[in-house]
Amino acid sequence: MSQDTAPRDQVERHDPVYDELHASSEFIELRRRYRGFVFPATVAFLSWYLLYVVLSNWAGSFMSTKVVGNINVALVFGLLQFATTFALAWVYSRYSTARLDPLARELDERFIALEGKSSRGTGGH
Amino acid sequence: MNDQAITTVLFLAVVALTVGITFWASRQSSGTNDFYAGGRSFSGFQNGLAIGGDYMSAASFLGISGAIALSGYDGFLYSIGFLVAWLVALLLVAEMLRNSGRYTMADQLAYRMKQRPVRMAAATSTVAVSVFYLLAQMVGAGALVTLLLGVDSQGLKNLTIIGVGALMIFYVTVGGMKGTTWVQIVKAVLLMAGSALIVVLVLVKFGFNLSDLLGTAASNSGKGQAFLEPGLKYGATMTSKLDFLSLGIALVLGTAGLPHILIRFYTVPTARDARKSVLWAIGLIGTFYLFTLVLGFGAAALLKGDEAAKVAESKGNLASPLLAEAVGGGAGSTGGAVLLALIAAVAFATILAVVAGLTLTSSASVAHDIYNSVIKKGKATEKQEIRVTRFAAAGIGAISIALAIPAQNLNIAFLVALAFAVAASANLPAIVYNMFWRGFNTRGAVWSIYGGLISAVGLVIFSPVVSGKGIDPVSGQNLSLLPASIDISWFPLENPGLLSIPLGFFFGWLGSVTSKEARSEERFTELEVRALTGAGAEGAIQH
Repeated sequence: MSQDTAPRDQVERHDPVYDELHASSEFIELRRRYRGFVFPATVAFLSWYLLYVVLSNWAGSFMSTKVVGNINVALVFGLLQFATTFALAWVYSRYSTARLDPLARELDERFIALEGKSSRGTGGH
Repeated sequence: MNDQAITTVLFLAVVALTVGITFWASRQSSGTNDFYAGGRSFSGFQNGLAIGGDYMSAASFLGISGAIALSGYDGFLYSIGFLVAWLVALLLVAEMLRNSGRYTMADQLAYRMKQRPVRMAAATSTVAVSVFYLLAQMVGAGALVTLLLGVDSQGLKNLTIIGVGALMIFYVTVGGMKGTTWVQIVKAVLLMAGSALIVVLVLVKFGFNLSDLLGTAASNSGKGQAFLEPGLKYGATMTSKLDFLSLGIALVLGTAGLPHILIRFYTVPTARDARKSVLWAIGLIGTFYLFTLVLGFGAAALLKGDEAAKVAESKGNLASPLLAEAVGGGAGSTGGAVLLALIAAVAFATILAVVAGLTLTSSASVAHDIYNSVIKKGKATEKQEIRVTRFAAAGIGAISIALAIPAQNLNIAFLVALAFAVAASANLPAIVYNMFWRGFNTRGAVWSIYGGLISAVGLVIFSPVVSGKGIDPVSGQNLSLLPASIDISWFPLENPGLLSIPLGFFFGWLGSVTSKEARSEERFTELEVRALTGAGAEGAIQH
């Protein structure tokens, strides 16, 4: 794909195959599923994180409440941020493997067929 | 062998190992795909390790555990912010960037925008973020070596900075992305193994009872339960609380805009591998930041008297190394000396891997974005581009050395936080708008990048970190960057993110709605398909 003779950066011409794929019901579904997951998930984890920062700042006595031994709410809250980060990453991985990848693969294959050439393995040599 | 000899030998072993890897990697590299993206042939797991190696800087390893050792719970915010930030990269950035770009952060903007203005803007921001980060690492390296060797000599500090600079130029010019990646992988393994060992030894001392560890840390800190609660460092006034909020926001939004992190996503064959690498990175980085909790509170609990004073004097940077010495058997014991030297060598490897990544990123952007696209209008050959990258790496290395040597005597602790603030204010808005907003265009991209960059840097110039904090009555140190006699500060917060991030998004919106660009909308259709499906994305090299 990258020849030294031509400007290597971007193809300036518009490729109509993309328009065709963009209008297909599979692509619309893929985008809906992707955005339907990541937008609410991003709002949720950012709010959860901000809640933690705000409580650390302005709810000192609540955060200082002992839970067990020397372990207080602040520490538990902090560790919960770790737990939710791991959990959300895992859930997204499951979701994307099951719900996004098959559609993406199908569309990529259709692209390859329509272009009449492989989009893989032609990156360099 | 005495302590210094063991430390020196291990430092040299780290240098020899990384130099060897670089030579080995250089024999397998040919074109730009190899040089900038490691042939896109790393596996998700390998890249996950390399991301960890690229991301966990000395500021994380020595800085966070030190901050916890000195200010208790408030130091833990860094760990949480640095980790949660990876969800932004995972959900919104990594896969789509992999599918739509080639070598640099600018690529995915240039996909739908006018090449030259957006590449110029993105390259400016890339170099700014990378150089801020580089300076912090290099000055840290100089201080670290003298601290660990116990020789307080300005000559040795300067020599270390020059040595680190020379090494990073070597890694990048000779090894390219392949060499850099392997250096980062080795560093990640060393860092995880070394810190896991210390964590286990600390926990053994407390019978694996976290509550005991925390209790001992609290009582030894002299601050009692307040040491375990938020507010010790940032809770004093409304301004310091807003600063904490501002820092927290910059940390969580900055990571996915750090250019040296972004280009790591190009080193894998597909978007699915990019996702896998972020998942591995989250596991690795999360585990490491859990370690910092034990390292920081462990240092507070186990280091007393002289050693505790040394930790305070080093602003926390010696907490982990001295903790290693203590759990190895204490000062003067062989076990203590070996573990101290080991952790010192790990910290050194950490710095080397991070500076290599930063140098590669900034020099690749100079060559690929400025030289090839802006100057040669996209007509440079691969050979020319790589040659310019090598020159740029040497130039950036030389400039960093020249800036880092005088910067040693200045208070530059704010530079890492500033790098995150710029990444969040200038880069993230452009990346997110570009992927999700059809109406985003060239003017919007340029305004958001320059607007975010200038807001973040400008606010810091007029903040207390640059001037106006005066002299610390206890240590006699100047707390700001400029001499105490100069005071140009009017912005009260040390971290600009709270204001500069919304400004970056605002300028991106304003620029876009005040200009019309049909091509950018048309190409958005293409970008969207490509980003989500990988159709037409750059493939891996089959060797």
